[in-house]
Amino acid sequence: MREALEGSQAIARAVALCRPQVVAAYPITPQTHIVEGLARLIADGLLAAELVSVESEFSAASVVLGAAAAGSRSYTASASQGILLMSEVLYNISGLRIPVVLTCANRAVSSPVSIWNDHQDSMAVRDSGWIQLYCADNQEAVDTTIQAFRISERTELPVMVCMDGFTLTHTLEPIDLPEAAQVDAFLPPFHFSRTLSSVAPLSQGTLVSPEFFTEMRYLQHRAFDAAEREILETDRDWGHLVGRECGGLLHVEGDREAPVGILAMGSVYGTLKDAHQAGLLGRHVRLLRLRSFRPFPAEAIRRACTGLADLLVLDRALSPGSGGIVAHEIRSALYGVPGAPRVANVVVGLGGRNVPDGIFREMLDSLEKNPPAFSFFDLDPRKLPDPGPDASAPSGSLFSPR
Amino acid sequence: MTSSEPPSPSVDWAALRNSQPRFSGMESGHGACQGCGQALATRLVLEAAGPDVIVANATGCLEIFTTPWPQSAWTVPWIHSLFENAAAVAAGIEVALRAQGRKTRVLAFAGDGGTFDIGFQALSGMLERNHDVLFVCFDNEAYMNTGIQRSGSTPHGAWTNTSPAGKVRQGKRHFKKDLLAIIAAHGIPYAATASVAYPSDLRTKVRRGLDIEGPSFLLVHSPCPLGWGHDSALTVAVDRLAVETGLFPVLEMERGHVVETMKIRNPRPVREYLELQIRFQHLLGDSPEAREEREHLQALADANIERYGLRAEAPGPRDSEGADTVRRGGSRWG
Repeated sequence: MREALEGSQAIARAVALCRPQVVAAYPITPQTHIVEGLARLIADGLLAAELVSVESEFSAASVVLGAAAAGSRSYTASASQGILLMSEVLYNISGLRIPVVLTCANRAVSSPVSIWNDHQDSMAVRDSGWIQLYCADNQEAVDTTIQAFRISERTELPVMVCMDGFTLTHTLEPIDLPEAAQVDAFLPPFHFSRTLSSVAPLSQGTLVSPEFFTEMRYLQHRAFDAAEREILETDRDWGHLVGRECGGLLHVEGDREAPVGILAMGSVYGTLKDAHQAGLLGRHVRLLRLRSFRPFPAEAIRRACTGLADLLVLDRALSPGSGGIVAHEIRSALYGVPGAPRVANVVVGLGGRNVPDGIFREMLDSLEKNPPAFSFFDLDPRKLPDPGPDASAPSGSLFSPR
Repeated sequence: MTSSEPPSPSVDWAALRNSQPRFSGMESGHGACQGCGQALATRLVLEAAGPDVIVANATGCLEIFTTPWPQSAWTVPWIHSLFENAAAVAAGIEVALRAQGRKTRVLAFAGDGGTFDIGFQALSGMLERNHDVLFVCFDNEAYMNTGIQRSGSTPHGAWTNTSPAGKVRQGKRHFKKDLLAIIAAHGIPYAATASVAYPSDLRTKVRRGLDIEGPSFLLVHSPCPLGWGHDSALTVAVDRLAVETGLFPVLEMERGHVVETMKIRNPRPVREYLELQIRFQHLLGDSPEAREEREHLQALADANIERYGLRAEAPGPRDSEGADTVRRGGSRWG
């Protein structure tokens, strides 16, 4: 049944359908409504879970680590500074191969401080060994959250469900929440193969010498190969159950034979799709939505890029001194592929700057004028202390005052 | 049998007790140094706790010397996550067990670095949220695992590699953090200090901490022969002096109030404690600075004796052999 729900409320309801036994979290904008929603469900007796309102994100991650290791399905949510404060624990959870689900309400990272959306937080922990799934809209965030528990528990890898702060978390949309019986059929009760138990004592988190360390890392890396298959299979099963899929690892749509493509992650893809459907792109364009950033589906990307002459990659985070982050990995995946497209990388929508539906056409137009490999597409040179060189240098900015 | 009843003369209690194998939660064969106070303390804690426990262990010597993959000295379920989150991991385990209706008790182990300093926030949060966890701090008064650097627990005047004694400095310039007062301020049901020199007392406190519902905290003074610079055969003797001088008060607290102390009948001069340890050697000379610091440490010990009322005159009914200057040293029948 479709209900009008705020993104965060929908996520809280979706998490509750997965029957976690332990929820631990620390408040941070724009994650708060999710945890508040879960607290209300618990208070109303609609979810039988222990809510641990901890004193920091560091402890939030540590509590779910301990709880899952002790055999309880566990959930946490955070954003921005909270994700960074957790980062040491995030690496640890993955290295211990403990299944946990975390919602990242994507937000910029200070300084300068910003409560608004970009992908800097989750990108900062891209190497922490977590599966990262990016959601284009709230229905997908709901479906992905439920899928995430199954993926995590089958692969023994933690899953970070990334949904754009405010853009998704605080937006009211009609949402189809599945029935409890459907979720119960889809997601079996939690079982962790190495549950802490005095009946069968195990030591976990031991000191590993150089003699064994590489092998342990290798096994963790290989688990992501299995995760690719698991993400696809889980999405297919979900599709059979509720009649909609979330796009697997990489979803391709639009004009599939077009020689020009745009690749994006997260809610900006929704804007792009709207622009495409409204005919605002002014040409045939292949649309690529990268749902799984970790595991990074290199093979799927190569297949999806077949026949493309140009690929525009949108990044919502920045590696200062280098450029966009997603585009680097796309280029790496396409390296050495005969006939691989030219990849142009733009960073847009940092710190919550709006990405309007008209901007994509300008980006596509710029492709015809030998664009730089990387640019800040929505930079306004007039706001710089010395706008001169930036305003005049064609490679520095493609901003056109509107 | 309660402590008020004398043991029956028809039973050879010592023989009976010695014939009972003690539970061993941490087996021998690990890589601790000779005379390691922490290894001894851990063994004693687990003897008292028994097998139905889960241990969350902070990073430190204990984690290193017990678990060189693929070996492990632990016979109880054990998890090491990070340095600063043992209390939070233990809290997570505890809520999970509660959610599942499992009765296994949860222990958190950390050194003084993982308790006084980097792990303090998680510890405070765990206590405030009333998790049913016994947090045990093995206090060896410095970062020994990384090679003897000062911590918030290092005593005033002690040498470490980051508080060296030199021409213008006499070791650590700051006081040992009064962690117990901070723990007391949380108003938790049970908090205690113990020493490896008094094993029965230590075991009793572990059992009390585990019996009480809600958070409990145990600070175990645990000499480090390497870091303190004492003969590794003298671990127990050194720690007994820590108690007998008043430098390390042994006591119990309920809801933040002191309810029991280990009395000192004949307080020993602090100098006797200092003389056994290289970390205090610079304080033993005749320079005005050394004399001043010695007096300073003696004053700290005297202040502890006054503050906690540690002085006792007559032998108590529960005094045990070996513990000739303390009351309740070995409450062996309790």
